[in-house]
Amino acid sequence: MHDLAQQIVSGLATGSIFASMALALVLIHRSMGVINFAQGEMAMFTTYLAWQFSQQGMPLWLAFPLTIAIAFAGAVALERIVVRPVERAAPLTIVILTLGLLIAFNGLAGWIWGYVIKAFPSPFPTTPLHFGSVAFSSQDLGIIAVSLASLGAISVFFKKTKVGLAMRAAALYPESSRTLGVRVGWMLALGWGMAAAVGALSGLMIAPVVLLDPNMMQGILVYAFAAAVLGGIESPLGAVVGGLMLGVGLNLIGAYVPFIGTDLQLTMAFAIIVVILLFRPAGLFGRRRLLRV
Amino acid sequence: MPALLEVRDLSIHFGGIAALTDVSFEVAEGHISGLIGPNGAGKTTCFNCITRLYQPSSGRVLFSGDDLLQRAPHELAAKRIARTFQNVALFDRLTTLDNVLVGYHSRYASDVAGWRRDDAGRREALAVLDYLGLLGIADRPVRGLPFGTRKMVELARALAASPRLLLLDEPASGLSAEEVVSLAGVVKRIARDFGATIIMVEHHMQLVMSVSDHVIVLASGRKIADATPAAVQRDPAVIEAYLGAA
Repeated sequence: MHDLAQQIVSGLATGSIFASMALALVLIHRSMGVINFAQGEMAMFTTYLAWQFSQQGMPLWLAFPLTIAIAFAGAVALERIVVRPVERAAPLTIVILTLGLLIAFNGLAGWIWGYVIKAFPSPFPTTPLHFGSVAFSSQDLGIIAVSLASLGAISVFFKKTKVGLAMRAAALYPESSRTLGVRVGWMLALGWGMAAAVGALSGLMIAPVVLLDPNMMQGILVYAFAAAVLGGIESPLGAVVGGLMLGVGLNLIGAYVPFIGTDLQLTMAFAIIVVILLFRPAGLFGRRRLLRV
Repeated sequence: MPALLEVRDLSIHFGGIAALTDVSFEVAEGHISGLIGPNGAGKTTCFNCITRLYQPSSGRVLFSGDDLLQRAPHELAAKRIARTFQNVALFDRLTTLDNVLVGYHSRYASDVAGWRRDDAGRREALAVLDYLGLLGIADRPVRGLPFGTRKMVELARALAASPRLLLLDEPASGLSAEEVVSLAGVVKRIARDFGATIIMVEHHMQLVMSVSDHVIVLASGRKIADATPAAVQRDPAVIEAYLGAA
């Protein structure tokens, strides 16, 4: 039983990383209709910035918020300068642009910091926390708490603030939003900023676990994509639930199904993407789109 | 009465097709104007030029002396110009109340974080919903609402801008006979209670003739008449446009 509880908690920890990245993908997809393939590399790049700050002696409590702020501002600028010219282009054009950004960020990180794997400081204590007779890793619990708190804050932002409502409106119906006075282009940039901030946070949380290297987020992006597809690519709540389900599911399979173990986890993620797209393309929380012809 | 809206020599063409050719008209402050014409006459195109969704090839659109063609589309709401769309352009996933709150966007521009929408904006939005008798569906997503109700929600969203100029694109289409009768009353009430100047594109002649102070007729992208409802109904050019050469 203890083992099962520990496996579930550790699954929830990786799941909440998937959930954050999946939410970042959904935020962009809702407003632009495409997957930002550079989302993971942007998170990786900002995580390197945090590492650089801490190497220079900056305390983590300052380096992390600073990194997230840079991720936000940088992505807003990236949208306004690089993405904006192709905003109205065909989806494939935007997808190829994001693939270009993926390669650019990956190469840039390798060029600046090299490909040698680096240890990344954890903001959480190493001593386990005991609940009754079960010990949980503080790191896992910390990751879950930070991720869920940030996802909750984003949900409140969308539900309760004027800008959040305007962002939802702009994503749903750009033309009539503009007529109502919403600056649709800036809402899009803000969406990029928020997605990058959430992504940066997940990079910071996972880096102590997977260690810092320019390819650290590539696998995670695949899992996040699987989570977003599982939950419904249109649904932020679906992305979060999908991420948590995927994290727990993969962890339990890894622990209790020796045939699959940890080696075939990535394959499992791809299998989930294929199966969901075949049988329930709208995902668990998505709505099937009906087209009147 | 001074003109609130002046459209001067407005022309727009899509490729080789001239959708509007040198259309000019004035709309007096406080009036209700009907914009009518056979299908394809350019009525909605004219609305789209005024609200900056289309860029006219030439001409000017003056609102209270201010050239709207020099403004970005999102700036019009702050000038209190609002519109509805022929096919109802609501935010389907949002509730009725949230749809109307988006209509308040430009009125609380200084309110960056916008936490206040929970008091000032929300109170006003609920008041508008009450005004149109929609209070009961405030928290329902608009997706499942009947078409006539959705049109009223869209009207409520336009009213949230506290419009000086309100453009209604076929408000009666798809409504039942009783709904059309009540719509006529609603349009007149809005003009009176909000002090709004209203331009209405409409095919329902009875509605147009009963509420309009003044009717503009377009045919094939040109203005063919511009007079009181009674005079327009007698105008041979209008009769010809609708019925073909007699």
